[in-house]
Amino acid sequence: MTHTINRRTALTALGAAGAALATGIRPAAAQSTELSFWTWRQEDRTQYAELFGMFTRDNPGIRFAFQGFEPQNYGTALSTALAAGRGPDVIHIRAYGGLEQFSKAGYLEPLSPQTVPELANYTPSALASVTDRSDRKPYAVPFASQTLGIFYNRDVLSRNGVQPPETWDQLIAACKALKDKGVIPLANGMATAFMAEIFTAALTLPLHGKAFNDDLVAGKATFEDPRYVGALAKLLELREYMPPGFTGIDYPTMQQLFLSGRAAMFVGGSFEIANFRRQNANLPMEFMAPPAPTAGAPRLVPVFYDGGYAVNAKSDKKEAALKLIRFFSTPAFGNKFTELLGNISPIAGVRIADPMLARVAELNKTSGDHITLVHFRYQSPTGSELLTAGVQKLMGGSATPAQVAKEVTDGIATYHAPFRRG
Amino acid sequence: MLQNDLGRKLWIAALLAPALVIVLLFVIVPIASAFLYAFYSWRGLARADFIGLENFRLVLFGEPFGTWTFNALRNNLIVFTSLMVVQNGTAFLIAFVLLKSLPGHRFHQVAIFLPVILSSVIVGAMWKLFLNPFFGLVNQGLIAVGLQSWAQPWLGQPQTALGSIIFVNAWHWVGFPALLFLAGMQRISKDVIDAARLDGAGDMALMRHVIWPLVAPATTVVVILTFIGSMNWFEMPFVMAGIDGTPAGATDVLGLYFYRTAFGSATGGLQDFGRASALAVLMFLVIAIVSVFWTRALRRRELPE
Repeated sequence: MTHTINRRTALTALGAAGAALATGIRPAAAQSTELSFWTWRQEDRTQYAELFGMFTRDNPGIRFAFQGFEPQNYGTALSTALAAGRGPDVIHIRAYGGLEQFSKAGYLEPLSPQTVPELANYTPSALASVTDRSDRKPYAVPFASQTLGIFYNRDVLSRNGVQPPETWDQLIAACKALKDKGVIPLANGMATAFMAEIFTAALTLPLHGKAFNDDLVAGKATFEDPRYVGALAKLLELREYMPPGFTGIDYPTMQQLFLSGRAAMFVGGSFEIANFRRQNANLPMEFMAPPAPTAGAPRLVPVFYDGGYAVNAKSDKKEAALKLIRFFSTPAFGNKFTELLGNISPIAGVRIADPMLARVAELNKTSGDHITLVHFRYQSPTGSELLTAGVQKLMGGSATPAQVAKEVTDGIATYHAPFRRG
Repeated sequence: MLQNDLGRKLWIAALLAPALVIVLLFVIVPIASAFLYAFYSWRGLARADFIGLENFRLVLFGEPFGTWTFNALRNNLIVFTSLMVVQNGTAFLIAFVLLKSLPGHRFHQVAIFLPVILSSVIVGAMWKLFLNPFFGLVNQGLIAVGLQSWAQPWLGQPQTALGSIIFVNAWHWVGFPALLFLAGMQRISKDVIDAARLDGAGDMALMRHVIWPLVAPATTVVVILTFIGSMNWFEMPFVMAGIDGTPAGATDVLGLYFYRTAFGSATGGLQDFGRASALAVLMFLVIAIVSVFWTRALRRRELPE
């Protein structure tokens, strides 16, 4: 008996020692690097868990700490953390001027084809969105392209005998027909500043055309160009087809008007697709390009890149972080990202299975820059700030298109020489 | 004896030290660093070169920043004067009525103070819904009683947006000055009021010639607190109109403008700690100087105890 007990005790002791050894060994073998990731997309937590899962399958030693922030406060939280020498290892960062203010301060690790060979998977315009213009180095890998256009409710349109409009005149005729039937033609309001800019960008690009964009960027034209002023003036025709009291209609209200079927159309960006589906999976919605000025003219869609994934220059886990950035640039990630998050990944060779996203990708072939965001968001006052306030005044009836154009031009002229008069 | 005195002084110093350290660390140092930051240019979020008064020049006279600053300051002053009249005027009347101890005055005292204990964010969000031009209670109510033409996009037009937020602020805070005035009125000796009544003073005369001068200490506190609150106004316009002072700067105040300049905005505003610090310094100076002078002037009105 004693003998048995002794043996059993010995076995137990051995087992315990083995277990201790095993637990002791496990962290050592796993290296247990924890990469922190900050984003303003707090609603994407589960999808990111799956995306990170793809990475950790091949890199079992790396774990993730996902932290989501309220979009309004993300910049504040990130900049204060980085200024204090902390912040996450991998940063979800906004594009263009939003990236530059972080890269200029030296907070982001510059990327190169040596450290991230997968940079070759992006188009030049996608890379430009995450490149600091002063040293021409990319500081992030872009994560999604966004397209502006018009959502419409298929059922509401067909029930009222209205075809999706292809030209501006057809849009006005469709709006009139819908209004006569008691439907709100356009859900859009002006009370949320950034949506005023999106509304303007989406509808004016086909009206003023790509040649104006090129002239503007080349310094050969200003916003006071008759092509732009003319396009702004056209927006006024839509006022009577927007919801009653549209100057006070904010972003959540316009979304609800469209989602509930009370409004037939919603001028917005492809970033709404996933969100709209989440809120009303049965919504018979379609996405189309904004109307052309005349039949046969191109229906240009404004396109921009949302932001990218960057590495904190002060991170002590740079190697692991760069490994993740490289993974974030592979078609395998792009496919999964597009599938899970309903946004179009800008990585070359990405398969888009979703029919609506595939249509958006198709529309992107006839696109132009979202001009104020892509080219005039680098210095204060930004084109976006100026245009937003201007359009709110324009649609509210307290400024003319020419006055708005002048305000935007004069504001940008304070730092942009080609806009200065004489 | 001398040694005892020294020991006492040391003891007092030791007692004061922790508080002094906290004030130094969390009040003096941040204010001083804001002063310092205002004299530098910023490369993105990192401090760059010393540029003297350039940030102050930009904030006050550079276009369009100067226009934005003075627009915001003007709105702050509108907020202050409107709150003085609407919020504090009403508060004074409420206090006067409560003083009369009419039946149910205890209930009303609590009811009027109730909104004060609610969070500004909740009050702002709730009233934003009430004022929604489409679903909102206010417009729906007006339409229901046949006043369609009165239904407005309250927060969407420059003529009504700031006024609406001021109204909500007054609704939220009116209980606080009312309580201060009431406390001031209750301190007035009953004999004084009885004497005035015997001399044949009606309610109006009593209020103008007896109560108003005698609640001067409460008035001083209310005026100064309203001034500081109005100059630092942030939560209510932020919740109800957003960081951009929508529509087109009609609800922009220095607090929002400072925050937007320091931390950027979703509308594409970039961060600039230099200009933001200059704004903060100017706000601090305006509030400090005006408050000090005003307190002195108002104190002179007060009767010696």
